[in-house]
Amino acid sequence: MLEVKTMAEYAANGETPEVLFWVGCAGSFDQRAQKVTRSFVKILNHLNIKFAVLGSEESCTGDPAKRAGNELTFQMLALQNIEVMNSYGVQKIVTTCPHCFNILKNEYPGLGGKYKVTHHATFLQELIDTGRIKLSDASQFKGKKITYHDSCYLGRANDIYEAPRALLEALDAELVEMKSCKTKGLCCGAGGAQMFKEEEHGTIRINNARTEQALETGATVIAAACPFCSTMISDGVKAKEKQMQVKVFDIAELLAAGQGLENLTF
Amino acid sequence: MNILVAKTFKPYNFASFKSVSKQMILKLIQILAFVALSGSVFFLAFKLYKRIYRNIMLGRKQVINDNIPERLKNTLLVALGQKKMFKNVIPALLHLVIYVSFVITQIELIEILIDGFTGNHRIIYHAVENIPFLKGFYVFVVSFIEVLSLLTLFVTFAFLYRRNLIKIPRFQKPELNGWPKLDANNILYMELTLITFIFMMNTGDQAKYLLQHGHTYGFWVSGLLAPALSGLGETAITIIERIGWWGHISMVYFFLLYLPQSKHLHILLAFPNVFFARLIPKGEIPNMPEITKEVKLMMNPDAAFAAPTGEPEEPVKFGAKDIQDLSWQNLLAAYSCTECGRCTAACPANQTGKLLSPRKIMMDTRDRVEEVAKSMDANNGVWQEDGKSLIENGYITVEELRACTTCNACVEECPININPLDIIIQLRRNLVMEDSNVPNEWAGMFANMDNNGAPWQYSQLDRLNWTKE
Repeated sequence: MLEVKTMAEYAANGETPEVLFWVGCAGSFDQRAQKVTRSFVKILNHLNIKFAVLGSEESCTGDPAKRAGNELTFQMLALQNIEVMNSYGVQKIVTTCPHCFNILKNEYPGLGGKYKVTHHATFLQELIDTGRIKLSDASQFKGKKITYHDSCYLGRANDIYEAPRALLEALDAELVEMKSCKTKGLCCGAGGAQMFKEEEHGTIRINNARTEQALETGATVIAAACPFCSTMISDGVKAKEKQMQVKVFDIAELLAAGQGLENLTF
Repeated sequence: MNILVAKTFKPYNFASFKSVSKQMILKLIQILAFVALSGSVFFLAFKLYKRIYRNIMLGRKQVINDNIPERLKNTLLVALGQKKMFKNVIPALLHLVIYVSFVITQIELIEILIDGFTGNHRIIYHAVENIPFLKGFYVFVVSFIEVLSLLTLFVTFAFLYRRNLIKIPRFQKPELNGWPKLDANNILYMELTLITFIFMMNTGDQAKYLLQHGHTYGFWVSGLLAPALSGLGETAITIIERIGWWGHISMVYFFLLYLPQSKHLHILLAFPNVFFARLIPKGEIPNMPEITKEVKLMMNPDAAFAAPTGEPEEPVKFGAKDIQDLSWQNLLAAYSCTECGRCTAACPANQTGKLLSPRKIMMDTRDRVEEVAKSMDANNGVWQEDGKSLIENGYITVEELRACTTCNACVEECPININPLDIIIQLRRNLVMEDSNVPNEWAGMFANMDNNGAPWQYSQLDRLNWTKE
């Protein structure tokens, strides 16, 4: 059992946490993404960062509804979430999901939800820069070829390209880039609510096309910073029957392993 | 004294009064022809461009007057400076040659217009010919234009080659079949014709000057060609020069009238398009205030009863179904699109064989605007519903709209900041909120989000299950 406190528990004690960790639906329910959530929380706990989650008071941000065209469902969820967060006086949010990050940062302010929102890539990078994260167990990554898959909602959507790369470099791994990267990064295929429906008719699945680019680099680890990207690329790796040789990890998992908080096999 | 007189009249023949008056008549005819041609071209151009303005304004009202300094900066860097073109160096350099050449050539057009209206010949040259510095500058400017024209000639061939002979994927997409392909080539052929006329004009002019004065004006490129013509005799040379001069201005005028129906309108509209393009982060999809109003009423039923019941409000339409529902800024973008296809080449859906092509979104929008405009033109400028819309009806299909991953690759790529995603989202909103036209999986996802606050069917109470390892 991980030690996690909710906003309600903090409020009951008359305390306020440093930051609200917005877990997101994937991070809460998806088995693969739950692991990332746990890794991130292990890092937070290890560094004694006072954080809270909303727990059962958290709802979906409304991102997939909004991008599918259902503004009504989006705004109902958004206004509920804003009401909850404002009642707790939330100031700072960190989240492991670029979709939650984007919508909380860019679309909530107009509805009355004004917070300082950070994605965990930037959050972790700042912890490294300030020396709070000590990578005691980074030697396992030495010489490992890692490629980073840009999440559209971090990269093009919000111009965050360097923070996740800085983390991988801090791990002493050999960062190799795919044919399409950074501003030209190819989508994993999940955005715009595609995650929740079958792809339209085409010649190849987008996640398979992206995975091909990742495999071409010869990397043994594909790093991602988004739960949906991780799922899509993992599926792609399985479709290519490379799951034994090539692993997909979130940057939080890699960073946790670098601090000896997590055992990854790759 | 005699020497002085001879010097003063040197450029002219001591012709009889009869031939002078013949020359005068010829000059007068040319002035009249020029005035008539220019007048009708300007009149027609005014009508055509006013029509484009009206068509763009068919779009929904949207006030865009924020952050003018940043807008001007973008216009300077992205439109004038072509910053985003340089993501692809080779086409960027080729394009730059034609662009610089086009802009600089307009300087010479000033003299040509004055000459045409006043019946003079190289009026600026003759005004400065006794001031060595200015004369030198004039010769330099014209020569520079000649060099650029020569470069443009090579680039135009390179473009024809790229477009028609080597199969660059973005030029091979189905949305280019028919008029768009023809239009693209037409422009290149017009360029070749224009350059031919420019060199006929300058070479003829220089050859004539050479015959009369023993030396040319000194223009670099035509100066090399001029001696080859000198054997033809003054009449033939004059005819070549006149064909070049008239051909040049006629091509310029034709081009001006051709632009409004061409993808090449971007040479004008790229500037306002970049200026008015959105500045917010690419990831942000603006919230709909009309929905906020509804949701707030739903969340607080007391407010619903307290709402004034005076004037019945106009029913609000959610999202966009037709071009009138899109913002005028979207329609400006559609008219600014030059169909280069960088967006489509970057689109993950298009790369993996889906129907979606962001370029087609812009082309279809413009085509539908034109269809609406034509129907208005035929009906005294009044729009009558034709039972069609921008969705389906031979325009943007539901399948295309559903294929978008909102990844912003198209937005990132566009050299003039066009945002096809903005249109896609507005159309999706209409499909979903007005027509309930959603795939089953999305219907289930919406229901889950409404009922249990997650896209999947998990209870909100289980949100902390991940803490148990």
